[in-house]
Amino acid sequence: MADNINDWLNEHGDYLYRFALARLRDPHQAEDAVQETMLAAIKGNSFEGSSSARTWLTGILKHKIIDLQRKQIREQPVSDLIDLDNADTSMDDFFDSTGHWLDKPQALDMPDNALEQKQFLAVLDECMGRLPQKLKAIFMLRDVQELDNENICKELEITATNAWVMLYRARMGLRKCLELNWI
Amino acid sequence: MLTCKQASQLISQSLDHPLSWVQRLQLRLHLLICTPCTRFRQQLKLLRLALQNIRSNIENDDAIQLPFDAKDRILHNVELKQ
Repeated sequence: MADNINDWLNEHGDYLYRFALARLRDPHQAEDAVQETMLAAIKGNSFEGSSSARTWLTGILKHKIIDLQRKQIREQPVSDLIDLDNADTSMDDFFDSTGHWLDKPQALDMPDNALEQKQFLAVLDECMGRLPQKLKAIFMLRDVQELDNENICKELEITATNAWVMLYRARMGLRKCLELNWI
Repeated sequence: MLTCKQASQLISQSLDHPLSWVQRLQLRLHLLICTPCTRFRQQLKLLRLALQNIRSNIENDDAIQLPFDAKDRILHNVELKQ
């Protein structure tokens, strides 16, 4: 069994790690996800050779990534959850009492040249890191992993309203952060 | 008439599920006369595009590898948990 894992890690470890890192953006979590995948792979042992080992392992990894994000969201302090009930007032930073923008959104464009583009993406990454963990997790599920809303609600056991409020808040926070740090 | 706050909420929701035709109409009317909300919509589209770029950059970056010590830890931990 240990030989199996050794082979898997040698052949697919880098690929799986990159796959996880691209979705979790955290080296420790990416390592955890790969480890959980290996555990599930030897326990389940359902690989029948009909698909490639890489495809099979990646399928397991996808679920493990969602498990980690779900855990992250569940472990959030209660205060964050209460805050969600006041979702309407929590957007007061962005709008005045008549619903007009306090700071009007600025034109944002993806830079053409490669170097600037790299810098832009680095700023965005930095902004993601500043989001509250829970918002970051649900936002990544939706906009990075491209899970649909129905599945997000099911996986995270939240209502559709909670989901859209959290996504809205994450996007509002990110675009503001980009404006402040990029333009 | 929608306020900008309501319009921004609909713009965000439209990225996740289809709006009703009434909502679509309301939003279209609002965007016709509102530059800030039009920019907001462009910002959200840019956000999505940029995130997909970041994701594929990481996935295709051969320089990113499972660190050796991580590999050792995984082998060790999996054996322990078996």
